Amino acid sequence: MAGLKLTNIAKSYGDVDVLKDINLEIDAGELIVFVGPSGCGKSTLLRMIAGLEKITAGELQIDGRVVNDVPPAQREIAMVFQSYALYPHMTVYDNMAFALKLAKMTKAEIDAAVMKASDILQLTPYLDRLPKALSGGQRQRVAIGRCIVRDPKVFLFDEPLSNLDAALRVATRLEIAQLKESMPDRTMIYVTHDQVEAMTLASRIVVLADKGISQVGSPLDLYERPQNEFVAQFIGSPAMNLFPGKIVGTGEQTTIELEGSHGTVVSAYPSQDGDMGAQVNIGIRPEDMQLSDDTSGFNGVVNVQENLGEVTLLFFTPDTKEAEPVIAKLPGIHRGLKGQTLHMTAEPQKVHVFMNGKSLLYR
Amino acid sequence: MHPALQGLVTIIIGVGGCVGYFVLSNYLLDRFLLPARAMTADETASRRRIGLIAFFAVPALLVAGLVVMYGDLLSAGGIFRLIVGALVILGLWRLTGFIFAEGPLTAGHNISHANMIRPWLFLFPAILALGLYLTYPVFETLRLSFTQRIPGGYEFVGTANYQQMMSEPKFWEAMRNNMMWLVIVPAMSTVMGLIVAQLTDRISWGNIAKMLIFMPMAISFVGASVIFKLIYDTRPIDQEQIGVLNAIYLSLGGSEPQQWLTLPIWNNFLLMVVLIWIQTGFAMVILSAALRGIPEETVEAAIVDGANPFQIFFKIKVPQIMPTIVVVWTTITLTVLKVFDIVFAMTNGQWGTQVLANYMYNKLFTANDWGVGSAAAMVIMILVSPILIWNVRNARKEMK
Repeated sequence: MAGLKLTNIAKSYGDVDVLKDINLEIDAGELIVFVGPSGCGKSTLLRMIAGLEKITAGELQIDGRVVNDVPPAQREIAMVFQSYALYPHMTVYDNMAFALKLAKMTKAEIDAAVMKASDILQLTPYLDRLPKALSGGQRQRVAIGRCIVRDPKVFLFDEPLSNLDAALRVATRLEIAQLKESMPDRTMIYVTHDQVEAMTLASRIVVLADKGISQVGSPLDLYERPQNEFVAQFIGSPAMNLFPGKIVGTGEQTTIELEGSHGTVVSAYPSQDGDMGAQVNIGIRPEDMQLSDDTSGFNGVVNVQENLGEVTLLFFTPDTKEAEPVIAKLPGIHRGLKGQTLHMTAEPQKVHVFMNGKSLLYR
Repeated sequence: MHPALQGLVTIIIGVGGCVGYFVLSNYLLDRFLLPARAMTADETASRRRIGLIAFFAVPALLVAGLVVMYGDLLSAGGIFRLIVGALVILGLWRLTGFIFAEGPLTAGHNISHANMIRPWLFLFPAILALGLYLTYPVFETLRLSFTQRIPGGYEFVGTANYQQMMSEPKFWEAMRNNMMWLVIVPAMSTVMGLIVAQLTDRISWGNIAKMLIFMPMAISFVGASVIFKLIYDTRPIDQEQIGVLNAIYLSLGGSEPQQWLTLPIWNNFLLMVVLIWIQTGFAMVILSAALRGIPEETVEAAIVDGANPFQIFFKIKVPQIMPTIVVVWTTITLTVLKVFDIVFAMTNGQWGTQVLANYMYNKLFTANDWGVGSAAAMVIMILVSPILIWNVRNARKEMK
């Protein structure tokens, strides 16, 4: 039963700030995923939790104990590295047993722990092999096994699937999900840049951007109610469409007049009287765009059509040339839309409004 | 001519010769032997005729001329040369079908065959030079080791040279000392190199320290010997000591200055120090590169697993660079087996410090006993060979 508490954590290398003011509480038994673009500091944050990077400022508690200056081995954590970091000169058995030998456990205890872990991970036939004689997926499992045998309170995963091919990645993702289910009281922190991994695995996602936490929430929270434009565009594929516009109607619902040849849209987000005339961006996910005869919404000519079978992606541009193409994701197959002028709308509940980059919902 | 100018001319001729050889031989291959184009059957037939003449007739005339001038084919050397000549002719004859194939040929055939011959064009000078200066001397030394000089020539004496050598206590002293060198110097150099490589890895002035430790590598063995002779220098007790070792010894309460290089057994270790001093730099550079090649994540994984710095070094780092350690160890072992300059410059094998290479030198050039000298050389070679083979194998394995 180990929760984590990060209070005002900061990291800087010399004058360069990498992370600042990270505040986060993680409950015992959660599977938290850190996502963010490359270089946002998600791995650094994980390594600070592991104790491999010094914490520049702030306080890190694991299980109620401040561990800022506690060496990694005594933090009761275990880590799976991106490159697995298996000891190349040791057999699978020795790789898993290494930490236990260092902890001076008896031969029988070590044997039992390794056998149990290798059973769970189906590694028993390979115990005598060296890592170089294993496939990528097997190495991955050894790396996880090395964590399991130590029975840590917190598991740390640093982009563990990024070196696997696509098919194996899906399979291993499922294995990690099952592993989590078999150990409901163990906390896991998982770093990835792959939003599919984040959405499928996480109990809560922490989106990191611009040296700090952008939003924390359940996967669907982030999808349905993004706090800001960054999270809105980061979660979901293709990324959410953003249109500049002006508020022309306030109240329970907000009416926005769009720039260019588009008309107006109505959002279910509430706004205040003072917002009248304010410049905002509205965001609509491609999958929320609907074909319609109503010309008051989005209008444009389809430039590119991508047929994926299950869905059809349309890239259409409004008449004004400089505007960004709008992406719509229509379910099913639509033939011959290229070159046509289309009219699209979206339901008010699916229209997000951002003022100065922040969602109107969260102010 | 001024010697510097002479040197320059030599370099120009040498480099020009090399460039000329490579350009000309490749030009001949691509232009006349196997041009990169399709050929008709007529063309290949005429090429074969001209080619065979150039291949066999021209060298044959040359050789025939030499035989006429320097005759004497029935002596041992003459027969040897005949055999070599016959083998060369056989080889060329086996090659004719490959180079001068008959019938119409495609451009692809010519290009692929030319590319199979090309590596040998580049290898040929090296093979020739190594054969002349390394392979041939091995066999010549082997022959000399079974002969002895008599007025006006040599006579075959069987294993008498070896027997004489075995009966000399100086030889066994050299063997014993060589074994001591063999055990101590590679071990000390590698261990110290490894320690230095690890310790200098993370400190800010590590590179300066490495440079200082590497510098003895740039000093010749004789130069190093001179330096250490000064360190071990001895002056009478009433004079100021200029040798560092004696100065330290006296300041630590030694009664009188020691003549270090004459103290039996100990003087061997004092000589070894010179080589360790030189070879530590070599070991350090190679091992430092190997240590840096260790994936950082394995070290971090060990930290998370709870290993302390010693355990990380001995259980994670050292096993991962073991192949490099073996190569460094064996390379230094080879140097040690051939050690000559240090002993020659410092003691010349006196006071029980003889080693095999110096023993060989004394026999060969001081005593002018070519037979025993060659026998000693053969012993050194036999000792070196297995380690050399092992070393090359390890180095190759590591390159994979």
